[in-house]
Amino acid sequence: MVTSIRASSSAEPARERAFSHPLAVLGRFGRSRTAVAGLIVLVVMLAGAALAGVVLPYNPDTADLDATLHTPTPAHLFGTDQLGRDILTRVVYGGRISLVIGALAVGISGAIGVPLGILSGYYGGFVDAVVQRIVDVMLAFPGFLLALTLISILGVGLTNVVISVGIASVPVYVRLVRGVTLSIRQLTYIESARATGLRDRVIMFRHVLPNAAAPVVVQSSLQLGAAILTAAGLGFLGLGVTPPTPEWGTMLGEAVTYLLTSWYIALFPGLAIFVAVMAFNLLGDGLRDALDPRMKVL
Amino acid sequence: MTGGFIGFAIRRIMAAIPTLFGVTVIVFFMVRVLPGDPARLLAGLNATQDEVDRIRVQLGLTKPVAVQYELFLRAVAHGDLGKSITTQAPVVQEISSRLPKTALLAATATVLSGILGIVSGIVVSTRQYTSVDYLVSVVAFAGVSIPVFWLGLMLMIVFAVFLHLVPAGGAAGPTSLILPSITLAAFSIAVIERQTRSSMLETLHQDYVRTARAKGLVEGVVVYRHALRNALIPVVTVIGLQFGALFGGAILTETTFAWPGIGQLLVSAISARDYPIIQGVVLLFAITFLVVNLLVDLLYGYIDPRIKFG
Repeated sequence: MVTSIRASSSAEPARERAFSHPLAVLGRFGRSRTAVAGLIVLVVMLAGAALAGVVLPYNPDTADLDATLHTPTPAHLFGTDQLGRDILTRVVYGGRISLVIGALAVGISGAIGVPLGILSGYYGGFVDAVVQRIVDVMLAFPGFLLALTLISILGVGLTNVVISVGIASVPVYVRLVRGVTLSIRQLTYIESARATGLRDRVIMFRHVLPNAAAPVVVQSSLQLGAAILTAAGLGFLGLGVTPPTPEWGTMLGEAVTYLLTSWYIALFPGLAIFVAVMAFNLLGDGLRDALDPRMKVL
Repeated sequence: MTGGFIGFAIRRIMAAIPTLFGVTVIVFFMVRVLPGDPARLLAGLNATQDEVDRIRVQLGLTKPVAVQYELFLRAVAHGDLGKSITTQAPVVQEISSRLPKTALLAATATVLSGILGIVSGIVVSTRQYTSVDYLVSVVAFAGVSIPVFWLGLMLMIVFAVFLHLVPAGGAAGPTSLILPSITLAAFSIAVIERQTRSSMLETLHQDYVRTARAKGLVEGVVVYRHALRNALIPVVTVIGLQFGALFGGAILTETTFAWPGIGQLLVSAISARDYPIIQGVVLLFAITFLVVNLLVDLLYGYIDPRIKFG
């Protein structure tokens, strides 16, 4: 679950909503230096994660017990960990794990949350009441606790981390898409579509869903950051992806033991989480301004 | 007006009841969806057969699920959450001995984030689009993006390991509270700063503020006497909501600093598969969060005269 730090205000310059040409959207996005910075960071991370095997001379899992806990040197830019593994290599490979967890978890939340949100907003009544009560119960678990509770039931491991983090963010999508659906359900063109005899399923898919696209894209960028953060938190507690997989949070959790003597093994994995999450947040913020300046997320 | 508020309060409290039951249902089913015998899970692997049988009878595991749930609710209502598998002490005792530590940490972090968030929010709202404003924006983004446990570790390395200014962990003496509360507050400071800034900006552009300026009042009086009071109403809500969220954030902070609160109790219980403790802590966290949110809602309805109780 992500808390949007952009509180809305009428004092901020409100730009025209209406329809935006893709080039106009791109132009607005390009003007935000922070958003472009976020995008560049993410592209570099993706490239690193994809090309890790090509650009790095070390294997992330190969231990070198003659070179444990070395401070950063030209050969090992980020130093080596307690088993002599190259930390830079593990951080870059960790990007793979974290980005995959983030993408899959957000995919799960969206795949469950978006349809539920549309159904809930479109039909209202009993369906809405049931869905909203379930969402209320899920939201009663503050932030990190829901994912943690789910992992305590499912057990640790990569798959269960993805499932827990994904399910924990379902309410965000339900609320968001339900809000969009409610706001357009009464509009004339939906009424016309219904009058022409289109089936509900077609209306929801063809006429309601596209309206939710922009908010969902923005929210997903923020959720990607949040999912990485939550997964790393689970890993840090030893309740996430299990060692020796180079997941950033798990690496940090292992590093705690050596903190007093070797600060650098805790510095870099955490820095990687921080940079990735910040990049997704900046990207999301820029996307929000570009796609729909007046949009409020949560 | 007051009658309207009482009606609103009653409706809001009634609306929270189904959620409360939902939370108990989740906690109830937690041990029942797990593979294996719930009585064995709740008694622990080392328990004797007698102990397991006793728990089975107590939970009514031979009876229908509805009856089991009723028994569970009755037990919870009587403050009986079972016994910890690892220490054999009652769950309520385990939790209540650690609760003050978590409450202290969350309260300190709330005060800290309230002060820093509001002050920085006011400062940047009077300097919109200046370099200070942009700088604080970036810092706020960092505040919500930084992993709380990593921030804690880095502060620990600098201030405890290198500078020896404060203890690295544990809860011995007032200085041990400094790093954990700063760490826990970081996220909330950013959220409160953003809310203060935007609601100050909104208020500063309203007519009555323009009137105050037109009367020739000093800018400081306009900002602090006229604008701030109204701008703070939504900020108070956000602070309240953050207090609830801090209980959740405390799980990671307490583990980072070996702070002996209920967050740490929960994490070690999950590792040890101590299900009675997990159930108890999860229930406590969720109910606390629910009650805090409810109070914040009521407070908001009470302090904002513009709210219509429709």
